[in-house]
Amino acid sequence: MSLELKNVEKKIGLETHIYPTNLKLQKNTINILLGSTLAGKTTLMQIMAGLDKPTSGEIWFNNENVTGMKVQKRNVSMVYQQFINYPNFTVYDNIASPLKITGVSSDETKQRVGKVAELLKLSGMLNKKPNELSGGQQQRTALARALVKDSDLILLDEPLANLDFKLREELREELPKLFENRDCIVVYATTEPSEALLLGGNTATLQEGKIIQYGKTLDTYNKPNSLVSAQVFSDPPMNIAQIKKSGDQCSFLQNDIQWKTRLNIKDGEYKVGIRPHNITTYKEGNNTLEIKGKVLISEISGSESLIHFTNGNLNWVSLSNGVFQKNVGDEMNLYMNTDEFVYFDQNERLVSNG
Amino acid sequence: MNKTVNQKAWFFVIPVFVLVAFNAIIPLMTVVNYAFQETFGNNVFMWEGTRWFKQIMLSERFHASLGRQFLFTFIILFIQIPLGIAIALTMPKEGLGVPVCLVLMSMPLLIPWNVVGAMWNIFALPDIGFLGHSLNALGFDYNFTQQIGDAWFTTILMDVWHWTSLVVLLSYAGLRSIQPAYYQAAEIDGASRWAVFTKIELPKMKKVLTIAILLRFMDSFMIYTEPFVLTGGGPGNATAFLSIDLVKMALGQFDLGPAAAMSLIYFFIVLLVCWVFYTLMMRNEGKS
Repeated sequence: MSLELKNVEKKIGLETHIYPTNLKLQKNTINILLGSTLAGKTTLMQIMAGLDKPTSGEIWFNNENVTGMKVQKRNVSMVYQQFINYPNFTVYDNIASPLKITGVSSDETKQRVGKVAELLKLSGMLNKKPNELSGGQQQRTALARALVKDSDLILLDEPLANLDFKLREELREELPKLFENRDCIVVYATTEPSEALLLGGNTATLQEGKIIQYGKTLDTYNKPNSLVSAQVFSDPPMNIAQIKKSGDQCSFLQNDIQWKTRLNIKDGEYKVGIRPHNITTYKEGNNTLEIKGKVLISEISGSESLIHFTNGNLNWVSLSNGVFQKNVGDEMNLYMNTDEFVYFDQNERLVSNG
Repeated sequence: MNKTVNQKAWFFVIPVFVLVAFNAIIPLMTVVNYAFQETFGNNVFMWEGTRWFKQIMLSERFHASLGRQFLFTFIILFIQIPLGIAIALTMPKEGLGVPVCLVLMSMPLLIPWNVVGAMWNIFALPDIGFLGHSLNALGFDYNFTQQIGDAWFTTILMDVWHWTSLVVLLSYAGLRSIQPAYYQAAEIDGASRWAVFTKIELPKMKKVLTIAILLRFMDSFMIYTEPFVLTGGGPGNATAFLSIDLVKMALGQFDLGPAAAMSLIYFFIVLLVCWVFYTLMMRNEGKS
């Protein structure tokens, strides 16, 4: 089983929504489309599902050309950002609705709905209507509808985006388990890098209608092929600084901080990308390179603390574990891990990392 | 924190009280005043208790006009609501067609009511009106000033022409508020067009439809100007709906007592029907 996009392009009027794209998704994989709003994730999914036709290019499923085939004839299910359920149906009837239309016997329906309801912790509320449920339960119902069908292709379009923080965390942890042992291809669109890392599988980074990089999630994260891909896969955004390399010595153009590198590249000027969590307020492990900073903003996010600071004429972001607050204008030392630096050339292509 | 009691806030509410008193309570109390008393000239009143109410409730004339009123309202709701939904479903969802359709739909709503009546009167006149003359030319014996059926037909047609747009506009707004994802989800399920209508569109339109039905009920139940100009309540009393009958009684015969009692009964019927209908429609809403 595989899903293949061959030179798929989507234009609406003069505007290009998806630039010619090639992508091959394999059986039993979770594939994450990672990109900001309007990157083309939804459009790409709708083309994959057959809800929308590409302007040019072909979609192949199991070595069969399915371009332009109606979505009803394909075995596809989809979950949306909004909680989409039939408003007048009970949870049970909602989950059973895809089975009823395809004419599955009532005994089998009962058994399959029961099973998937248990998986999604909906067993106790099968007789309720969607508007009597919390947002999390409504989305669980929508997920159950998608899973009950045993589709070949399950598309999830930012399913957690409309949930509040607690419910999102809760459902997010259950997600990988839901897709285990399923004979299908899962495509999952999200704007959040942490969701991609949690789900594993493969990740495609998207920007402005282009797939920048596709590969195993960890590889895409650790070896971004370009600055754009690294930025898409970094939240908060990566710090970027101009550096100069000569011999085994590197230094920022902004200041006189120097470090040694094992990089085997030509001497010259490069850009370095540093993820915020590789700059911490305390010396720890390999975080040893010292940088002085003046605090701009200090904020707390979950159990982590973000410090925005200036050094030279650049703004930097650091992310440290623990909850603490710094006063605006404080001078402080921060520590960077040079092993995790990602080096790009002046065209913003990856040179090397480490 | 301790809350201090400060009754001065009531001063802010006083203007509203005064306003409501002048435009609603005082006129209404005048009617109540008439309903319980016999009125003579020179501001002489005599207490009559519930006599006028009994008289109205037992009057065949009232029963007949109330019956006509319910029949009329029922017929126009039965036509306008489904027709309005049907038209809203066929309206374009994007492009230049949207403003064009919306403007065309709003036209009948913008015409003053007595003009609507006058327009339809001339339009339907059997000798010179386009509708009346054409129907007669086609072999129908049509004359709304003489024949009861024709008078009803014309009145209903006029009301449908005048007010269906309101239902269309409300339904259209309801339809447009349904997120496209619902349609996609139904498409993925392989649901039929009919299933999409009954399982998604209708439930999602429930609230605006409730409003549409309520508005159309109230307006049609209190209809006066258009049939007054079109048929004057005739032929005979055939299209004398409640308000036409009421005005005849109050200003034609100057029976102020019974007319006041009738207006109060009229008012309570409208209130009661609206309340019952709204409660029934909304009984499953909002308990989440």
